Amino acid sequence: MSEAFALSPDFNSAESRAEVPRSLGLARRGDRGVIVKVTGVSGAAEAIDAQELERRLLEMGFVEGARIEVLHEGLFGRDPIAVRVDDTRVALRRREAGAVAVKFDGR
Amino acid sequence: MALDTPVRQDPGLASSDPKASDAAPARIALVGNPNSGKTALFNALTGSRQKVANYAGVTVERKEGVLTTPAGRQMRVLDLPGTYSLRARSPDEVVTRDAVLGRLAGEAAPEALICVADATNLRLVLRLVLELKRVGRPFVLALNMYDIAQRQGLRIDLERLSREIGAPIVTTVATRKRGLSELLEQVERLVVPRGDAVDSVWREPSAAEIRAAHAEAQRIFKACVKPPERPDTMTGKVDGVLLHPVAGLAILLTLLFVMFQAVFTWAKIPADAMDHLFGAFGAWTAAHLPPGLLASFVSDGLIAGVGSVLVFLPQILILFFFILMLEDSGYMARAAFLMDKIMGGAGLHGRAFIPLLSSFACAIPGIMSTRVIDNRHDRLTTILVAPLMTCSARIPVYGLIISAFIPPRTVYGVLSLQGLVMFGLYAAGIVSALLVSFVIRRVFWRGAVEPFMMELPTYRWPEPRNLLMNLWTRARIFLERAGRIILPLMVLVWVLSTFPYPPPGATGPAIDYSIAGRIGHLVEPLMRPIGFNWQMTVALVPGFAAREVAVATLGTVYAVGGDADSHAALSTLLQHQWSLATALSFLAWYVFAPQCAATLGVVKRETNGWLWPSVMFAYMLTLAYIASFVTYHVAVALGAG
Ligand SMILES: Nc1nc2c(ncn2[C@@H]2O[C@H](COP(=O)(O)OP(=O)(O)O)[C@@H](O)[C@H]2O)c(=O)[nH]1
Repeated sequence: MSEAFALSPDFNSAESRAEVPRSLGLARRGDRGVIVKVTGVSGAAEAIDAQELERRLLEMGFVEGARIEVLHEGLFGRDPIAVRVDDTRVALRRREAGAVAVKFDGR
Repeated sequence: MALDTPVRQDPGLASSDPKASDAAPARIALVGNPNSGKTALFNALTGSRQKVANYAGVTVERKEGVLTTPAGRQMRVLDLPGTYSLRARSPDEVVTRDAVLGRLAGEAAPEALICVADATNLRLVLRLVLELKRVGRPFVLALNMYDIAQRQGLRIDLERLSREIGAPIVTTVATRKRGLSELLEQVERLVVPRGDAVDSVWREPSAAEIRAAHAEAQRIFKACVKPPERPDTMTGKVDGVLLHPVAGLAILLTLLFVMFQAVFTWAKIPADAMDHLFGAFGAWTAAHLPPGLLASFVSDGLIAGVGSVLVFLPQILILFFFILMLEDSGYMARAAFLMDKIMGGAGLHGRAFIPLLSSFACAIPGIMSTRVIDNRHDRLTTILVAPLMTCSARIPVYGLIISAFIPPRTVYGVLSLQGLVMFGLYAAGIVSALLVSFVIRRVFWRGAVEPFMMELPTYRWPEPRNLLMNLWTRARIFLERAGRIILPLMVLVWVLSTFPYPPPGATGPAIDYSIAGRIGHLVEPLMRPIGFNWQMTVALVPGFAAREVAVATLGTVYAVGGDADSHAALSTLLQHQWSLATALSFLAWYVFAPQCAATLGVVKRETNGWLWPSVMFAYMLTLAYIASFVTYHVAVALGAG
């Protein structure tokens, strides 16, 4: 578990390019990466207060530097998603995942 | 079983004098993440010596138990709702925070805390531990699920971890009662008399502070925990199937179908038996008591009242058995994941689907199980729409009217018309529940959409003993709470339909002269526009006791008797007395009308006041009237009047 935190697995690392961080809200099943920023600003309509969302995400383990992998997607609109954050499995909606920026491993 | 909270002693007094501590036991509280085995530990520590009530003024469940330490000392244990942080986001978490800080009105601060952690999932809980450490109340860390940690070959440097968090650590296996005496020894050491009152300092951490705490927790985690040699791979594999977008949903629906069937069919046998038993017992007392008021009160009021509470019990037990299985195994979070989008479309939370599903059996357990929803508005919305789901008590009413008025024809060659109408009534309930919740969330409680964010716990086999214990707790809560409100209501309805007596030589049915009868006659002009006659309105009044009672009352009012043998007679009679439009209007009424005092009583209990039951009553009555009005007039216009 803790190794996973430090080293990124050589998932197609040959093709890896300097990826710009993307929103977790847009990630697809199988995407892996490292969280680079948690803002609380999800851009979704009728979202809760950004500070509040940021803290909730942090409390569930969404912190900068954590490894993340999208494990499952829902049937309708591929929403919500289930992700692995380090070694915790968490389910969340894409609207809130939008507040997490991830540097995905190259593919 | 007394629910009242006993008089509290000042904890300072209690702990400074060892003699006094016999009189006022020390108080400890359990805190921890959800799914850490907190409930299992609470059950293991207190056995059956538990009390469940509500905290003063809030709807959060308060679970307290008594334990005896190896040294023979009695302590009171409070089981606090699971949380990831002292920063409260739901009423449950407010209680956790305030209880830990000793700020809860009417509650003394606990002298020590037991922080329960899943040893195989320490990452998030360490931050909570650091937060507790800053509060300054003495605590011990119970590393629970240690059997699983050992099986996985997880190595934890307990000594170092204990040093880092500044608190003693005990490894436990709650389901096997392992490590409990060591845990209690540590607790005893923590609650030694201390002259100075422990000051709780805590303020809401900022995002930056949470990040810092997380980094610190991460450092401790890396320093003390070596990754498991045989990590759990089962959960990932099982999730591959159970969370599959299509297969997962199909499995969930199958499961729900089985559950629904079980509640209907398995519960029917004991429920019918109980019904007969109480019926026979009522008849027996009526026969053996001198005829008159007392006999009527005992058999029709009291025994019928107790019976009407107890017939719900089999359904509730079976339903909660399934719910607890789903919860303990870790599947419930997956079910919420799968259903979130569908429920979310109607403005409901993913977790609302179990309460709504339960309401098909009976709205009472449905409303009781809304506790799984954290957000207050989400929970209230679910409670408000739950009675719109077609509960089993509507079936006798639907059955009577359908068999009397809908011809047993087949349409399109295969479908029975009667079945279609029945299906239509169910669908009307579901659709209206979704519409009402949509309106509530879009019009009345617009506000921010509550995030759906939830840990998906590791799958585990439910522990039978632990499960039975939790089931027993549920059953007791139902009997204590629902019983307290349902029984008096039944007695009230009996009083209304018994007094005053018919005058000597009266020819009509007795109920016609009672208060209920008078109310029926009084409101009849109001009901005329929706096609109801006075017999129907009279039947509605006792029908508030329980929906199916209306069938029996119709029998009484039309003087054919209300038991099963007279159903056919009643059915034929109604065909001659009612028009089709009236019958359809009556059905529409039963889809929406709040014809169940017990449900309103339980809503009062769950929401701690009469506001929400009143809102529920008003909106359902309005919907019922509108629906019946429209149905009646459309039917009349189509020539069914
Ligand atoms: N193997 C094992 N299972 C446990 C232990 N403690 C609890 N469980 C199981 O873990 C599941 C969740 O426990 P529960 O007490 O409901 O967790 P809570 O959400 O923290 O109250 C249940 O199925 C328990 O039977 C333990 O020490 N060892």
